[in-house]
Amino acid sequence: MELIWQGITAALKLLATGDAEVIGITLLTLQVSGTATFISLILGIPLGTFLALKQFPGRRFVLSLVNTGMGMPPVVVGLWVSIFLWRSGPLGFLNIMYTPTAIIMAQAIIAAPVVVALTSAAIQQTDPKLRLQIRALGASNFQYLWLIMKEVRFSLLAAVIAGFGAVVSEVGASMAVGGNIKGYSRVLTTATVLEVSKGNFDIAIALSIILSLLAYLVTLALTLFQQQRQGE
Amino acid sequence: MPTQIPIRSETLLKAENLSWVKKNKPILQGINFSLAPSEHVGLIGPNGSGKSSLLKILSFLETPTRGRLTFQGENIPRPIPLELRRKIAVVFQEPLLLDASVQDNVATGLKIRGLHREASRHRVQEWLERFGISHLSKQHARSLSGGEAQRASLARAFVLEPDIIFLDEPFSALDAPAKEALVADLASIFAKTQTTAVLISHDFNDILRLTERTVILLDGKVAAEGSPSELLHFPESHPIGKFMAHWQKA
Ligand SMILES: Nc1ncnc2c1ncn2[C@@H]1O[C@H](COP(=O)(O)OP(=O)(O)OP(=O)(O)O)[C@@H](O)[C@H]1O
Ligand SMILES: [Mg+2]
Repeated sequence: MELIWQGITAALKLLATGDAEVIGITLLTLQVSGTATFISLILGIPLGTFLALKQFPGRRFVLSLVNTGMGMPPVVVGLWVSIFLWRSGPLGFLNIMYTPTAIIMAQAIIAAPVVVALTSAAIQQTDPKLRLQIRALGASNFQYLWLIMKEVRFSLLAAVIAGFGAVVSEVGASMAVGGNIKGYSRVLTTATVLEVSKGNFDIAIALSIILSLLAYLVTLALTLFQQQRQGE
Repeated sequence: MPTQIPIRSETLLKAENLSWVKKNKPILQGINFSLAPSEHVGLIGPNGSGKSSLLKILSFLETPTRGRLTFQGENIPRPIPLELRRKIAVVFQEPLLLDASVQDNVATGLKIRGLHREASRHRVQEWLERFGISHLSKQHARSLSGGEAQRASLARAFVLEPDIIFLDEPFSALDAPAKEALVADLASIFAKTQTTAVLISHDFNDILRLTERTVILLDGKVAAEGSPSELLHFPESHPIGKFMAHWQKA
């Protein structure tokens, strides 16, 4: 009990005083996971839409891969991205191993299957008759896709929430490809792990509170946005 | 026996020897059909006879397996150009409204054609009024009653002022008074505007009030065509007479 109270007091102190290192780590986390989520949306929404609407041989196989990808442990993604980014690896020339960019790359790979799967599930649930009606209204291919996406906008927002939630909370990939370098590639999860291993439970608890709060606030903002539009 | 009405020289849409096979199943066979400007044609037939399928082909939503389709005497190129698809409108049996307000739903087709909100507002309002739902314009489409939704769906198609409007059982969700009112509204709209229309219905009264010519489909083939009253003269032993007899009792 003692430990918990100590931790919480220390955490509140860190938060209240606006510790520069903690703020830096928080901002980097937000930036890295936000960018990774954004990239996963850019790739995942079109791909999910394609998988939902296009019939082609091997479609189910691709969908099953995507669904497996959703449950891929981040540490496995981290390992494979590392292998690619190491100096001798195929992408070694990029020289981005142990940088925030590497973390963004790994996290985008973690979030993408979530976005693809949720997008494709949402679009497959739209009524084929409604889709035919959209065509019958004279929609071009692009307008057709746009109107369908508008139709499932709340589910797409759920994909954003799930994608962000998956990457902001992962530690394995950030550790493997970011290296947890102080003041450079240290994010909330890797910092928490480090402090725990050093026995600094107070700081670890402070970081974990910030992490939870961050995840909560972003999700809350998205959820409020989603529900407000729903009530229109 | 009067089964054929002379085809007017001026045809808007013409189908010659159309067939449609889906999953190895012949759904439409050797269909000949033509539509003159401002004409209102009723399409009737038993369940599964291919009415909705024919309507989808005529409205360019499905591609026939065989046969020729011409619009204003011109062969229709494949894939069908967008400008051509935008000359027609379809109302399905279910209202199929988008997750938006009534006015946004009705404006959708205009927006698709590049008309902006301000420019289309007046037209949208006008058609909402004609269908008696202008007081619902700001309401969310998903909260409408079945009858209101059907009216919104009709307004969404009519607002486009298309060359041809296809109506696939647009009254089936309505109770008798609502349907009566809507049929009367449609009849007056047909009279006032130059709308060309194809109407599928299972109600002979709708066909009598809204169309001048009727086409009967049986088993994916055109079994007969003529004025609605002419089709009543088939003997009960004839497949058409049999269908008409059942139909009138219903
Ligand atoms: N896309 C499709 N694939 C396979 N079969 C189809 C398809 N569309 C229609 N059919 C079949 O074609 C036949 C005609 O269907 P259609 O919907 O045109 O009938 P209908 O005359 O409109 O009937 P109803 O009065 O019940 O609406 C049916 O047997 C139907 O199962
Ligand atoms: Mg039908």
